[in-house]
Amino acid sequence: MKRDMKTWLGIFILILLIVLSIPVVGYAQGSDPTDDDVNTVAKQLYCPVCENIPLDACGTAACEQWRGIIYDKLKEGWTEDQIKDYFVAQYGDRVLAEPPKQGFNWLVYLVPLLVFTGGGFLLYRGFNRWKESAPTTKEGKEILKKEDPSMDKYIERIENELKKRSEGSK
Amino acid sequence: MVAEIGFGSLFITLLFSIFGIGAAIYGAQNKNQAWISSAKNAMQLVFPLLTISVISLLYLLVNNHFEVAYVHNVTSTTMPTYLKMTALWGGQAGSLLFWSWLLAAFTSAVTLRKWDRDQDLLPWVIVVNLITLAFFLILNIFYENPFNMIWQEASGGYLFSFNQPLGTRQIFPIEGTGLNPLLRHPGMIIHPPMQYLGFVGFIIPFSFAIATLITRRTDDRWIQLSRGWTLWAWLFLSLGLILGARWAYDVLGWGGYWGWDPVENSAFMPWLSGTAYIHAVLIKEKRGMFKQLTMVLSILTYLLVIFGTFITRSGLLSSVHSFAQSKIGPVFLIFISMTIIISVWLLSSRWNALRSKQVIRSFFSKEGLIIISVVLFLGLLVTVFWGVLFPIISELVIGQKVTVGPPFYERVAAPIFGGLLILMVLCPLAIWTFMSYKNLGKLLWKPFIISLIGVALPLYGGLTKWSALIAFWLVAFVLAVNAFEIAKRIRVRRNTESESWWSSFSRVVKRNRRSLSAMIVHISMVLMALGIVGIEFFQTETQGTLAEGDRLNLAPYSMVYQNLDVFDPQDGRIVARAVVQVEKDGRVVGELYPRKDVYIDSNQPVTVPGVRSTLLDDFYVILVDWKPVTSEGATFKVYHNPLVQWLWIGTYVFVGGVIFATWPEKKKNEVN
Repeated sequence: MKRDMKTWLGIFILILLIVLSIPVVGYAQGSDPTDDDVNTVAKQLYCPVCENIPLDACGTAACEQWRGIIYDKLKEGWTEDQIKDYFVAQYGDRVLAEPPKQGFNWLVYLVPLLVFTGGGFLLYRGFNRWKESAPTTKEGKEILKKEDPSMDKYIERIENELKKRSEGSK
Repeated sequence: MVAEIGFGSLFITLLFSIFGIGAAIYGAQNKNQAWISSAKNAMQLVFPLLTISVISLLYLLVNNHFEVAYVHNVTSTTMPTYLKMTALWGGQAGSLLFWSWLLAAFTSAVTLRKWDRDQDLLPWVIVVNLITLAFFLILNIFYENPFNMIWQEASGGYLFSFNQPLGTRQIFPIEGTGLNPLLRHPGMIIHPPMQYLGFVGFIIPFSFAIATLITRRTDDRWIQLSRGWTLWAWLFLSLGLILGARWAYDVLGWGGYWGWDPVENSAFMPWLSGTAYIHAVLIKEKRGMFKQLTMVLSILTYLLVIFGTFITRSGLLSSVHSFAQSKIGPVFLIFISMTIIISVWLLSSRWNALRSKQVIRSFFSKEGLIIISVVLFLGLLVTVFWGVLFPIISELVIGQKVTVGPPFYERVAAPIFGGLLILMVLCPLAIWTFMSYKNLGKLLWKPFIISLIGVALPLYGGLTKWSALIAFWLVAFVLAVNAFEIAKRIRVRRNTESESWWSSFSRVVKRNRRSLSAMIVHISMVLMALGIVGIEFFQTETQGTLAEGDRLNLAPYSMVYQNLDVFDPQDGRIVARAVVQVEKDGRVVGELYPRKDVYIDSNQPVTVPGVRSTLLDDFYVILVDWKPVTSEGATFKVYHNPLVQWLWIGTYVFVGGVIFATWPEKKKNEVN
């Protein structure tokens, strides 16, 4: 039993080490990064000349040079974040796929959030208001029903049929 | 001489347009039918007149008249005739003329309908259409003239003008620079006409909406009049977007189809508002609700069409500086500002008259669910609009340009698309006016059980990614609900009318054209969703430099580089074509021929992928164009794109659904 515990503890520590090491994955200095290693970093970057084309897909000489820099940095053991920071320091925030969450850039993230909150609120208020203003008396409902273009005969028949079916399955 | 005819015709069209605007306004103000008829005749003439201009430019393009600057910039002697013809929309000036020509076609066509019942709307429809046309003609005549000649100054510099500037001499180059190689793909040949047809098509519903506001009519007539135009415009715009996606997949060589690029987004925004409009109109027609909303959405779609054209043409996307230097940017800004001011003023002054009496009585009623979908479309629209605009605002405010790329949009779009799929599940079962969640739940359980196959199958196949499982389940749920609903309608009909199955089926199809076409379109959307889920969740890629005989693995596929052939097809290209053998699960399944075409006139390479497509997946191989390609070593980038074919299959279903919706009904139904 004690041995089992030790085994589990060993596995747990191993998993913990692996998990903790994920954010700081780098490449051992001197090892050769593969094309895929370079592309993994390159697809997160945009060169300022070739607008809106990620670096891993861009065929210009400038982008080829950038990929060369990424290769060299990976070979020196730099992490992905360090490489991205290097390009930001050289060319500004526009090399990143989206603006960093700081200062004025917060606006780009906050506006959609506000729009959806506002849209949700308007819908909620609208549904409540419509519900309140719906006629409650039988006469009122009949008047609306007569005005309602949805109440044509054929649709009414199908809807009645559907209602019957759903009542029947009670 | 031909250039003079083309330009002259362009100028006469502008004069006719201005006359038509004036005559229509005068006729409407003074209730003078003769002036209105005259304006109508002028509007009918703009299409044939612009056709003369278009034919003139086509003649110049096909016959290598390189003394015309536009022809020099977009064609060369080595291009085949069909490409020279498509070069009509291969550059700014030509595409603006093509835009105007298609708009003129729609404008002239709208005058051909019977106007007996809608005489009061006619002059204002003419005014709106001709003002839009006149604006684009002004751009073509004064800023982006496709008939400009090339003139050389004494100092050696070049000028482009229709008339000879002082101190210059005309030059006649013997060769042109040729069309951008990326635009020589079949997808790009068809994509712009579809896109433009979609754009100009939405101008017709807008003109009906504005005419209704001006005449202070509050009935639904404008919606009936514009229904067919809207659906066709929506179909063309959708096709334009999908063909653009297909072009990107085939030509851009990044294994994807949609990059949330500002130009793509500019076409996507009117599609979103147009889709919201089509949904809101359903509620308007069935329940008489949301008059204000439908009017706003119709106007918004038009504005987004103009806005999309504006930001892609004005240089605004590159930077605010290139916008300031752009010839057409400021003119566009004035036009779009005036349109917004007039539209908002008209809307606000008629706002109360457009209020509806009906109210939504149940959250789960069809109208309740549809209005949620409208809000979702608009939410995504605002997000995309903001994403496109933010880099410009950032540059203006803090002087730093930023990139708003795919991660930003995907974070918002993914839950919205999920929400829309849920609504596609609920809407076909919901009924108009009133529906309780209990009743809806009772109708849902059978399709729900069937939909679990959508989870069980991928789970059985070893898939454990929960987000993908939810997506597959929703896709299966939508398909199941629609299948159940169609089956139910046939059964109800058969039981009530005592007909045969076939007879019930054909009657249901004939009598439920709208709801069935909506179902078909929704089914097409989930088929496309299947392709999107496949590529977004499961795409894998690898890259490697191989010598002949070397292997590159990307499970479940493997490819072997066999050989390379470099040849000159005598059409202005040098082609480097590799032969790779493809194996799946260890078995040879075929050969692919990824290419690199280098266009001699522009020295620009284009990668053409080799793709093995099945319903399950695509194996997509490209020759990486920035690495040397030789027999000793060539660099390949390989993608495995599961289910992506369903994206294109969904397109065919979509086209079928919309055509079914727009197919003219029998007269009996029209009378009804």
